[in-house]
Amino acid sequence: MQLLIFSILLPFLTAALIPLIRRRIGNFNIGWLVLFIPVLLFGFFASQIPMVSSRETLLSSIEWIPSLGINFTAYLDGLSLIMALLITGVGSLVVLYSIYYLSPTDSFPHFYAYLLLFMGAMLGVVLSDNLMVLYVFWELTSMSSFLLIAFWYHRKNSRYGAQKSLLITVFGGFAMFAGFLMLYAMTGTLSIQETAAVMGQLTEHALFYPAMFLILLGAFTKSAQFPFHIWLPDAMEAPTPVSAYLHSATMVKAGMYLVARFTPIFGGTSAWFWTITIVGLITLFWGAFCAIRQTDLKALLAYSTISQLGLIMSLLGMGSAALRYGNTEAGALYGLAIFAALFHLVNHSTFKGALFMVVGIIDHQVGTRDIRRLGGLMALLPVTFTFAVIGSFSMAGLPLLNGFLSKEMFFTASLNAASMPGLFSTSWGWLIPVIAWLASVLTFIYAMIIVFRTFLGNRDSKAVEKRPVEPPIGMLISPAILSILIVGLFFAPNLLGDHLLKPALEQLLPGISGASPDSIYAWHGVNTELLMTIGIVLIGSVLFITFDRWKGIFKIQPAGWTFNALYNYALASSENAASFVTRSYMTGRLHQYFFYILLFFIVSTGGTLLLSDALSISFVQDAPVSIYELMLVLVMIITAISILFTRSRLSAILMNGVLGYSISIFFVLFRAPDLALTQLVIETVTTALFLLCFNYLPEWKREPLPKRKKARNAVLAIAGGLVITLTGLSVNSADLFETISSYFQNSYELAGGQNIVNSILGDFRALDTMLEGLVLFIAGIGVYTLIRLKLKKEAGTDGD
Amino acid sequence: MGINDVILKTVAKAVVLIIFTFGIYLFLSGHNSPGGGFVGGLVLASAFVLMFLSYDTETVKDAIPIDFKKLSAFGVLLAVLSGLGPLLFGQNFLEQSFDYFNLPIFGKTEIATVLIFEAGIALTVVGVVVNIILSISEDE
Repeated sequence: MQLLIFSILLPFLTAALIPLIRRRIGNFNIGWLVLFIPVLLFGFFASQIPMVSSRETLLSSIEWIPSLGINFTAYLDGLSLIMALLITGVGSLVVLYSIYYLSPTDSFPHFYAYLLLFMGAMLGVVLSDNLMVLYVFWELTSMSSFLLIAFWYHRKNSRYGAQKSLLITVFGGFAMFAGFLMLYAMTGTLSIQETAAVMGQLTEHALFYPAMFLILLGAFTKSAQFPFHIWLPDAMEAPTPVSAYLHSATMVKAGMYLVARFTPIFGGTSAWFWTITIVGLITLFWGAFCAIRQTDLKALLAYSTISQLGLIMSLLGMGSAALRYGNTEAGALYGLAIFAALFHLVNHSTFKGALFMVVGIIDHQVGTRDIRRLGGLMALLPVTFTFAVIGSFSMAGLPLLNGFLSKEMFFTASLNAASMPGLFSTSWGWLIPVIAWLASVLTFIYAMIIVFRTFLGNRDSKAVEKRPVEPPIGMLISPAILSILIVGLFFAPNLLGDHLLKPALEQLLPGISGASPDSIYAWHGVNTELLMTIGIVLIGSVLFITFDRWKGIFKIQPAGWTFNALYNYALASSENAASFVTRSYMTGRLHQYFFYILLFFIVSTGGTLLLSDALSISFVQDAPVSIYELMLVLVMIITAISILFTRSRLSAILMNGVLGYSISIFFVLFRAPDLALTQLVIETVTTALFLLCFNYLPEWKREPLPKRKKARNAVLAIAGGLVITLTGLSVNSADLFETISSYFQNSYELAGGQNIVNSILGDFRALDTMLEGLVLFIAGIGVYTLIRLKLKKEAGTDGD
Repeated sequence: MGINDVILKTVAKAVVLIIFTFGIYLFLSGHNSPGGGFVGGLVLASAFVLMFLSYDTETVKDAIPIDFKKLSAFGVLLAVLSGLGPLLFGQNFLEQSFDYFNLPIFGKTEIATVLIFEAGIALTVVGVVVNIILSISEDE
């Protein structure tokens, strides 16, 4: 069924359509038109739920570059379906919200084109089964994220944030790409399904661990894991709908998706288990710790997102141990962690999406997001307040909201991981639940900050001039739907669990039964998990009330010792180093450039020739040299030498022409009429071009060079000529490969042309010719632009 | 380029026509005898260059209102798009086809899709070469 592939392409097609229709339908309507796309796709994916819940999968494939094993294969299973529903579902809500959020001065067509680009790319990431296709879409999400963060590109911070996110995520993307190539080298297939099937026998392969770590690097950078988390807070310069969509609900989950998707491939090894668990836990704690001290609501949400992503990541790490134990009780206990990860992944998208939208409303209606200037908004924005309470309390893990369920499961999983005997337990295992609990206390505190600092307390009427009112109804619909989901998922979690989470889990942990709970219960009786939650509420409340007394703790970290400072330092110093290196050789002197080029050529080509022992000269097979050829050679030698001694530029140009025409006569002698023709015409056009430029060139004078430099240039010139001559002779003498020219001799049968040269150009190697045409075109535009630019500059200075 | 030379102008009028004919011949005959899109395009371009050399730029531009930048872009587009055509018929990108037809006057004639591709290359070459030469000559 090709509908699946079409669903990936639909957003791209719509994005391409927007520039064509923008004038005709106006800003407002573009939003409504775009809204139609994710809603339609959501409907399509929702209609696949029955199929997936009956444990079936959908595969749809188009050959793309079959000779390299690259096929556009879309694969829909439980995990992909969860992600696809999130992408299209949250996407619909965000598009609806953004119609009212954007101001009329913003460029709607750009915004929605980028957003659709992202949506398509993200669907491509989660639906691709082919590693190369996945990589292409993966980088496309980085690109569209870059464009969206820099949407308000007139702001310096937006540009900084966009560049930072691009540099970090693309760095990770490259690492991941290298990892994919290693996987391909190991398995010989680019399909994820096939890789998973054969990977079991390859754990001893030398590339196993390098590939694993490189792919994890991609996942960690994308999902803002410590220490790569620093790009996410700066990405908050994007419009709030973008933050809600890309930087909390979908794009940052791509790393989670990747880790989950590769769990069947790498899972079960202790390196995978510990790397992901430890990085996840550090991120969980550090994100929550940093969130508390933020005064900008969006920055707070950014760090809280980092923290929650760390939580999901650590769960995926813990759950991977299930693959080591297989279908045993221990395997099932570990496997619960992955179930919890998937569950929390969905829950986080609902409550964090709602919270971002709430912050967007506050920013939009009040004009600031600074906690210090906000307060007492409850009476003015009662509806928004309700959504904020639901979202924050769910994030804090309070009962009656979906966050409670997944948080309890998280505690269960961390307690399991700590208490399980076997390969993965160490004496440090008890730290896992402790860190989990500590981070949850911090989470509770910042969730309270969002609610109480913003909506309760006294309103600082001086700081905020205009009296805020509730936003238009269109902005409230999306957070309302998410809030209903938050509550609804608490009361009916099994609807999600049975139809989506369980099928996904069974595919990630094949053959392990009992990993997913029979059904999700809110009430387990009084157990350790519940006591932990009660402890969080009690201690968290005390700490929240006494926050002013202990916030001095944040000053412990010296100001200059942050990862941000490191990033800025690395960026600045690499720029300095690059400009230093460039300045050292870009002197603007043509003869120096020639020196570099020739030297490089002589060293690389001549060196290779010597080192590989390829120098072989024999004249045995050569045809006898005729008198005409000798005469031509003589003419060329005399012309070439006399160019050196001419005193005027005109005669140098003409003699250069003599050389060119002589070469074309050689082509005639060697019976290559096509080459001769082309060489003749090129020579004519070049000479005409030279004559045209003649007027503009400065007077020709010899540069007075010291003897030593002259000698150096002479040696270099002779060496260059020698290397070319030797290479040519060696190529002609050596018989390394079987000749392929016999294939081209069949050109009349294969391509219908008697002219072999032309058949090669137009048929056998048409791709080369096409790209050469493209290069020629780009060069032409380049020349045109350079000259036009210069003309404009001159005109500009004349005007002053 | 305001050279006022009666002999050059008179000769150019005749020669340009011959060069054009030769260029088109080269382009069309490339499949079976020497020639082809690239060299055909170059010859056509040299005809234009001769015109620009013997008359001034403005006169030629008025007589032949072609935007050579757009011409080169169109050529590249044609070459790339001609490669996409075979995909519709389940063939590979840029795979060329040919067949023989019996036409009324020409008799048995070969018609090959490579001609479209070559036309793209030829237009690119004409556009780029003339564009470069025009840009340099206008730079004063």
